[in-house]
Amino acid sequence: MKTESKLQKLLDSGHFAVTAEIGPPKHASAHGIRHHAHMLKNYVDATNITDCQTAIVRLSSIAAAVHIRDCGLEPIVQMTCRDRNRIAIQSDLLGAYSLGIRNLLCLSGDHQKFGNEPSAKNVYDIDSIQLIYLMRRMRDEKLFFSGEPIKEHEPRFFIGAVANPFADPFEFRVARLEKKVEAGAEFIQTQCIFDMERFERFMEMVRERGIHERVHILAGVTPLKSWRAAKYLQTSVSGMIVPDDIVERLKKAEDPKREGIEICIEQIKHIRNIPGVHGVHIMAIAWEEVVPEIVERSGLYPRPKVE
Amino acid sequence: MIIAQQKPIKDIAEMIADCKKVLLVGCAGCVTVCLAGGEKETEILAAALRIMRRLQDNPLETVTYVATRQCDPEYIATMDNLVKDVDAIISLACGVGVQYIAERYHDKWVVPALDTKFIGGSKVHGVWEEKCGLCGDCVLHRTGGICPIIRCSKSILNGPCGGSQYGKCEISKDVDCAWQLIYDRMKALGRLDKLMEIQPPKDWSKSRDGGPRKAIREDVMIG
Amino acid sequence: MQYVPNIRIVEMPCSGTIDHRVLLQAFEDGADGVFVAGCMEGDCHFQKGNYRARKRVNAVKKLLDEIGLGGERLEMYNLSAAMGPRFAEIANEMTERVRRLGPSPLKKQSAGTMEKEGDVA
Repeated sequence: MKTESKLQKLLDSGHFAVTAEIGPPKHASAHGIRHHAHMLKNYVDATNITDCQTAIVRLSSIAAAVHIRDCGLEPIVQMTCRDRNRIAIQSDLLGAYSLGIRNLLCLSGDHQKFGNEPSAKNVYDIDSIQLIYLMRRMRDEKLFFSGEPIKEHEPRFFIGAVANPFADPFEFRVARLEKKVEAGAEFIQTQCIFDMERFERFMEMVRERGIHERVHILAGVTPLKSWRAAKYLQTSVSGMIVPDDIVERLKKAEDPKREGIEICIEQIKHIRNIPGVHGVHIMAIAWEEVVPEIVERSGLYPRPKVE
Repeated sequence: MIIAQQKPIKDIAEMIADCKKVLLVGCAGCVTVCLAGGEKETEILAAALRIMRRLQDNPLETVTYVATRQCDPEYIATMDNLVKDVDAIISLACGVGVQYIAERYHDKWVVPALDTKFIGGSKVHGVWEEKCGLCGDCVLHRTGGICPIIRCSKSILNGPCGGSQYGKCEISKDVDCAWQLIYDRMKALGRLDKLMEIQPPKDWSKSRDGGPRKAIREDVMIG
Repeated sequence: MQYVPNIRIVEMPCSGTIDHRVLLQAFEDGADGVFVAGCMEGDCHFQKGNYRARKRVNAVKKLLDEIGLGGERLEMYNLSAAMGPRFAEIANEMTERVRRLGPSPLKKQSAGTMEKEGDVA
């Protein structure tokens, strides 16, 4: 089923896609995200806009996506199940589509406990797999989540989901990815990969099940600024594995930021050779300005053009 | 059972600051079992409040009573003669008891001594844990007897989410990931294929989202 | 065995039978301080009575702090029935502490007496 998504066209025509991530600010100005959009637009095919990531109140992902789209960069709106019930999710996504958003990434969302509103009530009316299923059905069968028909102008998103090869139980991670594909996901972005060996085992299981032929998998990478950042991800973020040798390499480096960029480029080059991976998703957390260099030096520049 | 815990004593004292004589009513049901509002806790609270008020040169007279169950109006009626000359009633029951007492004694100031926490069981003596989310539409037959509604921090029906690691939930290393437990149990039962079924969105109207609920058994109704 | 004469002993079959209510009642009845004398840890005839007593004493100390009487007026000690001199020492120690704290504000009129609950005579 075709959508107007440029990302879908690229992936469907067999290109190795590059996506990035822009985190909206904790204020009401779009100046910074527009600046990042201009900086990234020729280097990536689309960019995710996070939805109050780590449960911290930020400028709306849909509003930010509109600014980014205005700058000529294709946005992927992230929609979590944490803050909205099925009424709000549908309403917001109808609105997002009307504003020209064509890519949607469905996630559960980080629990609010570690955000800046820990006393908030969470929603989780539906989960990420149900969201994928219901949005796919909305598009392909023209039905609201309730089953009521949409008479006209159904939103036609290119629907994505996330997979975390580093969470547990490991044996079930590929099965759950398959469940997401079964529910209707068309592209997958993974959690940032530092443990390449585990990711390769994950992809091996993906290929055994033939999942890579049914969905586009974009491998997530994150350039690290310092060994402390690596250590933080290693010890304090649930569902993340950072091998000690990465921490050590950054510790020994004369210029840790340079080293972080080098590591990321090596990872991308490695990932490109893993069968079944259709793209890379670069999450330069609060470090968007290094993305052009990473893309260029990974041999992924210039980006292909599609109609 | 319903698990409750006593509010800070200062908060309870504040609620009855202008009273001279109060009735403290314990409950012999759940809150006795979870050691929050039985006979012993009722008497301890009464003594503590009396001491507090004597220290403030404003003595408080207390009467204590333990109802068989405060969640049955007929047991509330047994304390009619104790209520007459008190300025307030402190209920050491769950929220149900407080409300039934307030319903029966319209002109009395009725206050809660407990915070009603959850439905659960006692893992070991002195430790209670939440087990049921009261969703009104039990799914335990699909999840290996482990409730994802209340034991998964996100109530996910198609788990586990990406925050599950080393068997623990992303919110705390002290919280087991319910979906890891479900996975382990389904695996042991040889029923992992069941977890590949996409569980549809839940009908929350059967839960509190549908408004206050009632359960009716016409065959046992009298009159 | 010589110890201060202001102590009233309440005998219990085991410190493990101590109840929060008994301790609170002692204060309501006018004790300026209360100490619970249980057997040596590890020597309980009923295995864990004295450990349980300590937990309860700690809970009541906390409650006394919350209600403004002060947890310092209550203490748990462990000693055996054969340790007369130690008992006298504790009695004097506790009396000193209570003197320092002053009479119980619950009983402003009369001079201090102390109650002791426990299984050591």
